[in-house]
Amino acid sequence: MSIDYSEKIPNNVDLASDRRLQRALESWQPNFLSWWKTMGPAVPTQDVYLRTAVDVGKEGWAQFGHVAMEEYRWGVFLAERGDDRRIAFGEQKGEPVWQQVPGEYRADLQRLIVIQGDTEPASVEQQRRLGETAPSLYDLRNLFQVNVEEGRHLWAMVYLLHAYFGRNGREEAEALLQRNSGDLDSPRILGAFNEETPDWLSFFMFTYFTDRDGKYQLGTLKESAFDPLSRTCEFMLKEEAHHMFVGTTGIDRVVTRTCELMREHDTADIAPHGGVPLDVIQKYVNFHYSVSLDLFGSERSTNAANYFTAGLKGRWQEERRKDDHQLTEGALSIASVRDGRIASDEVSALLALNLDLRNEYVKDCENGLTRWNRVIERAGLDTRLSLPHVGFNRQVGLFSEHHVTPSGGVVGPDAWKAEEDCWLPSAADKAHVQSLMRPVYEPGKIAGWIAPPTTGINGKPFEYEYVHLS
Amino acid sequence: MSVTADAVRQVEEERLPSATSPAVTFDTAPERYRHWRLAVDGEVATLTLDIDEAGGLVPGYALKMNSYDLGVDIELYDASQRLRFEYPEVRAIVVTSGKDRMFCAGANIRMLAQSTHPWKVNFCKFTNETRNGIEDATENSGQTWIAAVNGTAAGGGYELALACEQILLIDDNSSAVSLPEVPLLGVLPGTGGLTRVIDKRRVRKDRADVFATKPEGIRGKQAVEWKLVDEAIPKRVWAETIAERAAEVAAASTRARTAQGTTQGIALTPLSPTMSADSIAYRYVTATFDRPAGLVNVTVRGPETDAPESLDAIHEAGDTFWTLAMTRELDDLVLRLRANELELGTWLIRTEGDSARVLGYEALLAAHRDDWLVNEIDLYLKRVLKRLDVTSRSLITLIEPGSCFAGVLLELAFASDRQYMLDGTVEEGQTPATIVLTESNLAGYPMSNGIGRVESRFYGDADHLAWLVRESGRAIPAAEALELGLVTDAPDDIDWEDEIRIMLEERASLSPDALTGMEANHRFVGPETMESRIFSRLTAWQNWIFVRPNASGEAGALRRYGTGRKAEFDRKRV
Repeated sequence: MSIDYSEKIPNNVDLASDRRLQRALESWQPNFLSWWKTMGPAVPTQDVYLRTAVDVGKEGWAQFGHVAMEEYRWGVFLAERGDDRRIAFGEQKGEPVWQQVPGEYRADLQRLIVIQGDTEPASVEQQRRLGETAPSLYDLRNLFQVNVEEGRHLWAMVYLLHAYFGRNGREEAEALLQRNSGDLDSPRILGAFNEETPDWLSFFMFTYFTDRDGKYQLGTLKESAFDPLSRTCEFMLKEEAHHMFVGTTGIDRVVTRTCELMREHDTADIAPHGGVPLDVIQKYVNFHYSVSLDLFGSERSTNAANYFTAGLKGRWQEERRKDDHQLTEGALSIASVRDGRIASDEVSALLALNLDLRNEYVKDCENGLTRWNRVIERAGLDTRLSLPHVGFNRQVGLFSEHHVTPSGGVVGPDAWKAEEDCWLPSAADKAHVQSLMRPVYEPGKIAGWIAPPTTGINGKPFEYEYVHLS
Repeated sequence: MSVTADAVRQVEEERLPSATSPAVTFDTAPERYRHWRLAVDGEVATLTLDIDEAGGLVPGYALKMNSYDLGVDIELYDASQRLRFEYPEVRAIVVTSGKDRMFCAGANIRMLAQSTHPWKVNFCKFTNETRNGIEDATENSGQTWIAAVNGTAAGGGYELALACEQILLIDDNSSAVSLPEVPLLGVLPGTGGLTRVIDKRRVRKDRADVFATKPEGIRGKQAVEWKLVDEAIPKRVWAETIAERAAEVAAASTRARTAQGTTQGIALTPLSPTMSADSIAYRYVTATFDRPAGLVNVTVRGPETDAPESLDAIHEAGDTFWTLAMTRELDDLVLRLRANELELGTWLIRTEGDSARVLGYEALLAAHRDDWLVNEIDLYLKRVLKRLDVTSRSLITLIEPGSCFAGVLLELAFASDRQYMLDGTVEEGQTPATIVLTESNLAGYPMSNGIGRVESRFYGDADHLAWLVRESGRAIPAAEALELGLVTDAPDDIDWEDEIRIMLEERASLSPDALTGMEANHRFVGPETMESRIFSRLTAWQNWIFVRPNASGEAGALRRYGTGRKAEFDRKRV
């Protein structure tokens, strides 16, 4: 198959004259398309009003128009940078960044890229059937936008594998399409990406909490001494921001509608009235926040320390930090369970990099809560949403051996079991949310459990026909 | 990756000391020997060890009591080579001492005590190879070595005798043979001693145990009874008995006596390579050093002309005959790199030339196997390939357009830890590389485990070996070579440069010690021989003991020897 590279695959990596990339893509691209057709969005569409990045500049990164999804132009973009970038941290701090993969770090870099790359198509797979219950065409369009962008992020990682990791890289790129979310024989690498996204509330929670983890991971890779990875991630972060927006405003709109129903019916129990009660929203927050915290890995990590020292993975906003950027000294306070209580320990800063990143993430997550609570407050209601304790419902790290309540109490297995349904979505909660999931495909109409957005996409009104179904 | 500025600085700093002490050279000749005298009388040559105390290779020790260092052994190696090539008429070699009542006291202890670990290891490796070469001469060249032990032979002195086919000990009630390393020095008789006593001389293990812990050693009749020596000869009949034994082995020698005119030896003239700080260049072999990357680019060039047609032409060409010249150069290069370039941990091996010509030379040699010179060239090549097998460097072969990895030169690839073959070409006008398997690969040059490199590669897989026999004799392109399992990988032109770069950088980042151990394990599969045991067991244990405080610590036995103070041992058995 021959491809008109510059037209089909918008890029700023000189694809048209790179034989290695062309050759790699020739076999990969058809496989990607067939993956997209079998594992991508299940709802058949004619076209969707999508944003396509055709360049990294202001003009190019967001071109809107109706496109047939399988003709979406997944591009390859690296953020533009000056020539004189220097390594900002680790043992080789101050030296020029690498334009090639140093053999010494091939295995580690490849692993980091593969893990990042594996999450991108995973979420497409997890969200595959969501379109069937979209609350509006606007939301359906946002889902597809997120999906195509996750696809593009896969392309970005595959580009790195193809361009810099030789035959090995090509094989890993192939494997990214062969592993599938939830597949018993060949699952996605990270457990959290093997769960189906069952409903739209989960989708908004996922894009708020789990994609935000992705944002922070990309932020650390953006600092990498391996310049192509750094530049790739910088551009991806731009798109990731949209996913976060979908999550933030999605939960905004659910909370808004919930408050309306609570006022209208003067009760917190709005389930019979077709809404999602605030306590159910809180349980969804509890669940998605806690499983997303697991994605940061163990609080104490020698791997993360090695990556930092080697210059592969920095800290969030590394260059803005005011320390030696080598972490030969310094410590971080780390919470864990001691004698049945939450206690605090000191860990050397170098070993606590996962914790450092998680702390940044937690601060960021708080913003959403503040925002949603403002909605509740404006509605004159007293209830408030909150983030549970970091030790709550954890499967990874120091808390994984313990049962910690949302407020930070340490309880035994029996107490946990007795209260679990008050803290995490119960079967009944899930069934209720599921019962609300009825598709609304009529332009300008929206499902009853969610408020319409305050603005549309790219200046278009909410009523705009964002998706033409087939 | 660009290697960091720091790494480069470190390399430069660490080179400073060696810049002040001259690099080791292996170039010598009998007229320049300081420690040996070579006398040839008809079929019998006598090598007399008479070490110049002040002739140490490195300052800091005196070579007392006929004790040796690397410099002494370089001369011994040179002599053993010249006897093979320059003296085809010699059929017996008598090694004896020029000192009174002291045959040889072994390796100089002060030298060992002051040497770095790598120096000791390299010294032992070279001396082991030389002794293996002596046994090879006895077994395959019809030059039988006899040790005329006319005084005490201690440690390395006795090990030198052990390498000879016969050990004749003077029976003067004072001269003994001994292996005092364990009781006196806290190390092993590591130049084959422990192995040859039980393996070659078939000394019972309990007796070997007694012998190797008895510092004064064993004399006369008991030494004979324990099979440590072949004969104990009274002083008054010493000279005539030695002459008699030499005459006997000469008469029994299988060394080919060829037609008149070809019994003339050939001269091994100085190699005189062109040296610079970062290269060594011979006529057919070139090495350039990439210090930041820690590697040596070794290029072996094939013959410049077609092989001559006659045996006479080989003799006429002498040491300029391609196969011999290339082998000598490679030998010298391996020895220099091992001794002088410790931080160049990867050798990247390439060839350049015309495969058909390489095969032409091989065919010519194959047609004249019964000629003594042809035999010697073949044996020499075998020994040099074995040197590669025990070289503690990562050996990587790159098979590219313009190369001539055919037959004997393809052995370089099989001696390597990995082989990469470019599938296609990177520049216009090139012809893709091919390789040719021949008898040289399938039945030619045994490793120390007694079997060839291809057989070792596919050990136990008779079907695969039979398949390779069917595919021998023709040019095999990259994709097929990969399928036949003859190369590790065959990247195409698009991948080639990056695959090789990443592979080399990755390797350079690994622990040099772990690599040495890993490679030494992977290179030898299947059967063991006495020779392989010397390298795999004796040497490995010795190298471990060398780094232990009980030997080389401040209060260790090796360091305390001769100071009047007792060694202090950490008594824990490990």
